[in-house]
Amino acid sequence: MKIGELKTDFGNIKDLQLSIGQAKEEKWEEPMGPTPFPSLTTLREWDKKLLERYKPFYMPFCDMCCLCTQGKCDLTGPKRGACGISMPAQQSRTVLITVCIGAATHIGHARELVTSISEKFGKDHPLDVGGHNVEVEAPLIRLVCGIKPETIGDLDEVLDYLENQLTQLLAVTHTGQEGSSVDFESKVFHAGMIDQVAMEVADIAQISAFGFPKAEEETPLIELGMGAVDTSKPVILVVGHNVPPAVNIVDYLQKTKLTEEVELTGICCTSLDISRYTPKAKIIGPISWQLRYVRSGVPDVIVVDEQCVRADLLIEAQRIHAPLIATNQKNCLGLEDRTNDRPDDIVADMVSEKVPGVLILETNQVGEVATKTAIQVAPKRKKMGFFPKKEELKEIARKCNQCKECRRSCPNDAAIPEAMKAAGKGNFALLEEMYDECVGCARCEQACPQKIPIHSMILGAAQEKVKEEKYKIRAGRGAIQDIEIRQVGGPIVLGEIPGVVAFVGCPNFPKGGKEVAEMVIEFAKRRYIVCTSGCAAIAAGMYKNDEGKTAYELFPGSFEAGGVVNVGSCVSNAHIAGAAVKIASIFARRNLRGNYEEIADYVYNRVGAVGVAWGAMTQKAAAIASGFWRLGIPVVVGPHGTKYRRMLLGRRDKEELWYTYDARTGDKVYTSPAPEHLFVAAETKEEAMVMIAKLCMRPNDTSKGRAIKLTNYVDLHKRNFGSIPDDVHLYVRTMADVPITMKDEIVKMLNEKQWKERTIPDPTLLPRMIRKAKVKV
Amino acid sequence: MANNEAWMTAEVGGPKRASLITKPEVAEAMIRRARRPILVIGHLAAEIEMEDKKLIDYVIDLATNTGIPVVATAHTGNAFLGRRFTPASIMSAVDIGNRLADPTWKGIDGNGPYDLAMFAGLPYSLAWTLLSGLKNFAPHLKTMTLDNVYHPNANWSFPNISIKDWIINLQAIIRDLGE
Ligand code: SF4
Ligand code: SF4
Ligand code: SF4
Repeated sequence: MKIGELKTDFGNIKDLQLSIGQAKEEKWEEPMGPTPFPSLTTLREWDKKLLERYKPFYMPFCDMCCLCTQGKCDLTGPKRGACGISMPAQQSRTVLITVCIGAATHIGHARELVTSISEKFGKDHPLDVGGHNVEVEAPLIRLVCGIKPETIGDLDEVLDYLENQLTQLLAVTHTGQEGSSVDFESKVFHAGMIDQVAMEVADIAQISAFGFPKAEEETPLIELGMGAVDTSKPVILVVGHNVPPAVNIVDYLQKTKLTEEVELTGICCTSLDISRYTPKAKIIGPISWQLRYVRSGVPDVIVVDEQCVRADLLIEAQRIHAPLIATNQKNCLGLEDRTNDRPDDIVADMVSEKVPGVLILETNQVGEVATKTAIQVAPKRKKMGFFPKKEELKEIARKCNQCKECRRSCPNDAAIPEAMKAAGKGNFALLEEMYDECVGCARCEQACPQKIPIHSMILGAAQEKVKEEKYKIRAGRGAIQDIEIRQVGGPIVLGEIPGVVAFVGCPNFPKGGKEVAEMVIEFAKRRYIVCTSGCAAIAAGMYKNDEGKTAYELFPGSFEAGGVVNVGSCVSNAHIAGAAVKIASIFARRNLRGNYEEIADYVYNRVGAVGVAWGAMTQKAAAIASGFWRLGIPVVVGPHGTKYRRMLLGRRDKEELWYTYDARTGDKVYTSPAPEHLFVAAETKEEAMVMIAKLCMRPNDTSKGRAIKLTNYVDLHKRNFGSIPDDVHLYVRTMADVPITMKDEIVKMLNEKQWKERTIPDPTLLPRMIRKAKVKV
Repeated sequence: MANNEAWMTAEVGGPKRASLITKPEVAEAMIRRARRPILVIGHLAAEIEMEDKKLIDYVIDLATNTGIPVVATAHTGNAFLGRRFTPASIMSAVDIGNRLADPTWKGIDGNGPYDLAMFAGLPYSLAWTLLSGLKNFAPHLKTMTLDNVYHPNANWSFPNISIKDWIINLQAIIRDLGE
């Protein structure tokens, strides 16, 4: 098929026709590595190497197990359950269950996309994520599976493997299977790895089929925020992650020439992905905006697909008389299946409110039904929202008896009772302030014995802010170009670009999304390469500097020092890990094919990348983090991240942990504790920034690179903690590592700590990588 | 709410839950008995207002009166230094938690493991999980929180008390231990 047949609102896709033809002809001559399609235990030794350095620190979120009828079992301290399981094993078992849920979600999502794309475009539809610019189109599939997919149909084999592994992994969590926490953790890494591959499958399939931006650096700027919606038009809201129903809506609007008449708005990853299909779509916000936006009454029709959709969205939709259309087998919401009914009949039933919503499992129907319904209900609804008006707030607030139940249920311990007291006296400032940090969970309302609509009151008090919510976000670009990798590969591996920092994941932020935007800007200014994806990408755009510009307007979208690269939705995360892997393959010319351990060893020792999931919340976020860990990429989470039950922490005070092979000589040499941790929660944004800078250091840094990284680490430490870090001496290997501008104070510390110069190795954890073997391997 | 209900309603404790510090003498006795106590102070200490002072001011008084070393987590170090108090170490909450759980850790000063860790000023759910880690994996260590909310996973915790009662308790502890 010709790409010209794919109508998108993106104009500039001339290159594509050329590249498709050629991708087919390319033969893959790379020799097969040792571990294609790895099983549960294939990479166990690699995992154990990492887990030896980064021992799990378990923080049980529950002391009991209730997974079988012998329970509940009290596992506190040294106690074991009736099945014999220990507390560490039970915690890692729970982590594995969590990560399996996340991986299942991405694999299920990928399978659905590949099936529907195969049906619509044919199995031999070519994969193309960037034409000539992206020859390594599927680095993770190549790495893990050892195959080079060329068509949509080629992805079936990959999915078969992922589904098989997932089934085996889930079986591991049954009573009386694995008993060792280390083995559970190794399987967590395995689940993370297959999750990463699943994300790659999903994103390269949708990029290839729907004509999403193909690794372009400057994608269009998309309007973002509730204030950006033209409420005079009928408004459709799409929520979730699985984009085909939303694509159908866009196609229908184009076909019927209604694009200018109807507003298409979205929340979460479906909105990110639909804005890759048409720059006219508007993104409202991350998933924490669901209640706010629905309660504003602005959407006339709500279309949900899958993942992260509030389970009470149908109830909320009914409150604003907005019909809801469910479109995915995984999320039917109890609605009647009307897939085989005539669209006009379905529309009539929803417009007359005979039914609150419908289930439509055939994507091709969704556009027509959603559009017609929106157009017909819009005039009737007149955007009836139910934020209390300012004059009503005072009256409602007076019902508050200061019992504090709301605050005790708020994940961020928000001072709601205090805000209510002030509001009862006519001062709404505290309520309004809460808008920025509220994650929109409505647990406060569930707790309030006075039935005060607390969340709605926060929204009512923040009406002016809502109107001002107008931002810009760059559409997700997908993959990183090979040429970009060639250009930055050297500076990254040498440490001269101080790091690649990826802000990913959900919006369970401790103090609002602004902190993500601030961190993005800080690291881009410091000339790190900053990537964003998913809800974090949206949050990063919802803040303007003094000149009224967002991070996406301030910095270029290219994968270069000082770039802010929005790769896209959650499944686009694969391109971030993929970029790290491509550095090993394109820049360092290492074989990727079925060669996981060697490439992970390369990435771990040389590529100063850090993932930051500041609002990590879901099981998918846990899976995404796990995929990074196996590649040796550390992940920082916000304070809520400790609820994932364990950290993977290095101990810089234990010298024996930080010896590595020098591949040149085979000697075991002390490097620095770099990266210090593999999974760590930060308490505050300030602490996170210091951690990020530090975690970007790698054993392979040249002196010039290490000096640049140390400059950032020491400077951020001084600025945020008020002092020079007490571990700088561990990161200085030779005097040339010391940043010139900080020489006096660092040399003073080196003298105090009796520092001695040491060599900079060609680092590897794998004895087989030693070129001149001195050790027995 | 009952005295020994977790401050966050849903974060109920497990079978093993903290004993209540019902009066300052209970905490004082614990601190006096400890050979190697340590204070772990989170960033909220510099934010929580206690009438004309902040929580961090009480922590400084306690540390100064007793000589107990302070680990400042997150960016709390800045607030301490701004008050001309130098913490013994700056470390993240999970880092210090991980070290405290290690019975072979020699401590910040290298003089041996701690036997009492006192916490204040950490976000509630972070402290909850951290204390759970120590409850389950640090049998050699007693934990106590000085926050005014009940923490089921500590060995000793105040019940959920008002700022006023909190001030009275902390003042008494600081005074009595300084004598
Ligand atoms: S799975 Fe084991 S620990 Fe869990 S309830 Fe059953 S017997 Fe108890
Ligand atoms: S809706 Fe907002 S204020 Fe209410 S409990 Fe959730 S985060 Fe707290
Ligand atoms: S739960 Fe309701 S009544 Fe109680 S303090 Fe909160 S708002 Fe007031």
